[in-house]
Amino acid sequence: MTAHPPVAALRGRRRPRRAVTSFAAVSVLVSGAALTGCAQERDSDVYTVMNSSTDESYHRWDAEAMARCGTRLGVRIDQQSVPAAQVMTKALRMASSKSLPDIVQFDASEMPTFAEAGGLVDLRALGLATDDIPQGIVDFGSYRGTYYGAARSVNTLALFYDKDALEQAGLEVPATWDELRDTAKKLTEGKRYGLALSAGGAEDGVFQFTPFMWSNGGDETELDGPRVVQALDYWKALLQDGSLSRSTVNWTQADVNDQFMAGNAAMMINGPWQVETLNTDTSLHWGIAQIPVPQAGDASVGPLGGAVLTVPRTGDTDREQTAGRIVACLAGEKEQLTYALNSWMVPANEKAATVWRERVPELDALADQVAEARSRTAQLGAGWPAVSLALQSAFQSALTGRSSEAALKHAQQRATSGNRGTRP
Amino acid sequence: MTTATATAAASAKTTGTTPAPDPDRLRRRRRLTQWGFVAPAVVFMLLFFGFPLVRNVVMSFQHYTPRTFFTGEAPFNGTDNWSAVLQDALFGKALWHTLVFTAGSLLGQFCIGLALAVFFSRRFPLGGVLRSLILLPWLVPMVVSGIVWRRILDQDTGVLNTFLDTLGIGGSTPWLTSPDMALLSVILVNIWIGVPFNMVILYGGLQEIPKELHEAASLDGASAWRTFRSVTLPTLKPVITVVLVLGFMSTVKILDLILALTDGGPADATQTLGTLTYQSSFVELDFGAGAVVGNVLILISAVFAVFYLRANRTDGK
Repeated sequence: MTAHPPVAALRGRRRPRRAVTSFAAVSVLVSGAALTGCAQERDSDVYTVMNSSTDESYHRWDAEAMARCGTRLGVRIDQQSVPAAQVMTKALRMASSKSLPDIVQFDASEMPTFAEAGGLVDLRALGLATDDIPQGIVDFGSYRGTYYGAARSVNTLALFYDKDALEQAGLEVPATWDELRDTAKKLTEGKRYGLALSAGGAEDGVFQFTPFMWSNGGDETELDGPRVVQALDYWKALLQDGSLSRSTVNWTQADVNDQFMAGNAAMMINGPWQVETLNTDTSLHWGIAQIPVPQAGDASVGPLGGAVLTVPRTGDTDREQTAGRIVACLAGEKEQLTYALNSWMVPANEKAATVWRERVPELDALADQVAEARSRTAQLGAGWPAVSLALQSAFQSALTGRSSEAALKHAQQRATSGNRGTRP
Repeated sequence: MTTATATAAASAKTTGTTPAPDPDRLRRRRRLTQWGFVAPAVVFMLLFFGFPLVRNVVMSFQHYTPRTFFTGEAPFNGTDNWSAVLQDALFGKALWHTLVFTAGSLLGQFCIGLALAVFFSRRFPLGGVLRSLILLPWLVPMVVSGIVWRRILDQDTGVLNTFLDTLGIGGSTPWLTSPDMALLSVILVNIWIGVPFNMVILYGGLQEIPKELHEAASLDGASAWRTFRSVTLPTLKPVITVVLVLGFMSTVKILDLILALTDGGPADATQTLGTLTYQSSFVELDFGAGAVVGNVLILISAVFAVFYLRANRTDGK
């Protein structure tokens, strides 16, 4: 009873103050919004993840994973999905307006650029362990030795083939370049080409060229080296044999998949992200194998692809700690397995990968390929985009008539001329 | 001036007690009101046109990289960006492609657009329906038509080659896959997109020409071609200028169509200034170099904007 009057008195006294504070808050908000433009207001237990999961199914899988991790950590995790090509530029814009999300999922080939700009937090410092992750995949998420990006799953390229077409022709699945050339030639008939791959003028084409370049011992630091020239000559030979459509220079990897599904190609180079689409056609019996190598016994080195979860430097260490825990949960063994089973990609975590192999035996070849796969940015880091652009132009001009040697020599000059401003 | 003092005197008479206002003050106030009306437009222009323009020019002299977004520091590097871009062989190539693309597109769009406009200016059954159907390419988003055309022009499975094949002519034309053909194909697609715009504006212009002029010409015994050349074209001239200049400005900065059709390939055969600035800025993330190409593009557009203003001014007279 005695407590009541003071409370009432307090309330009475507080009322005008509340009006003043709310007025002040409103004016601060208004002027703040006017000054910072689109800087977002951070809610204390709402965390944002920016990713490129604009596909309905990926968006849903991610939302489910975030809901589970959110419940576990007692926070709400919002998902903000933008087209893959815009993640980097959007993140940079957000950095300059100090409104970065708590977690950004970058394509692993873009992560070094953001890390080099000083925008990422060392995940090990946030307590993320890398014990169960193969060294290749740790490197994949690292820039200059610092682990910035946790991969949930990785992918690479493999040879997909139409089982029925090979059976009808009485052919084996090719394992070497000679066999691939021979098989592709024999499978080419009528409207059907033996092989389809993407040599398009974007990252897709470069991604597809790397397994040929690397398995042959070529290297992106020396584009005009004889091994790279040989690999490009091999592509040219496939085209000259008529085993490869001339449209290949205009195809993305999705186009390649369409051609394969339409029966216009008996084999294709593609990645596991196409499996969901491939399986929509039940009459198509496809198999998967490692990408053929120059000589029997060579290792088939594919490009490591996939996205990594990163924690951008926002300056708020408490939030960064929690963001680290969210990344640890999303990239944890259990979530990795769920995600990999949904998306047909290979879990980064070794334990999860072992379970995955048992559950998805048909993609076994892919798991082997991942073990040997290499990251595109391991050597060049943030210098990769310039080399990639030069390489695109080179294989396109070689496939449309120029000699491989001249095209690659030009590409090497372009990549190292250090023009394009004063790129370090 | 004289009216202002007259009204001031009149108002002073009716109110009586108020002293006659100073004519200078009145004039100043009127000036102020005039500026008040102009101000929003000026502020808008400075904020949304002036600022980005100046920013882009400044940026082309800066070492502007992803790091800049964090530190806010973009050291000036003199003319490094400019000399690097101008020395790059790709820039010359892209500039040439841009000019060919623009000239080719405008020529095709304008000629076909004019022919269709003249065709539809005669009344005939279903003319209105047909005319609105021709508008379709204009209504489809550029990226969508780009993707559709990429399929149509596919060398092996495309509809166009399949059609040509059944006719027995050029069934395997490498529309988008040969560096020699790609630019031409991209121009053809852009003509298809631009024809409706040209037709609509020119059709409107044709409707404006007084019938008497044509009647007088036919009384004088002029042939159809002569009437078109000596009556239609000259009276249509202001409209033609507008169509060409607007067409130029939207064509020279082309980006989306080319990205959807060829991504600048094969082997840089369809790189234009638009795709080059996109690649430098958003793929290589070298914003200084991207700004240089952007500035060149602005400069070219500015020259034609002057032509446009000139043309408009003579209209007013």
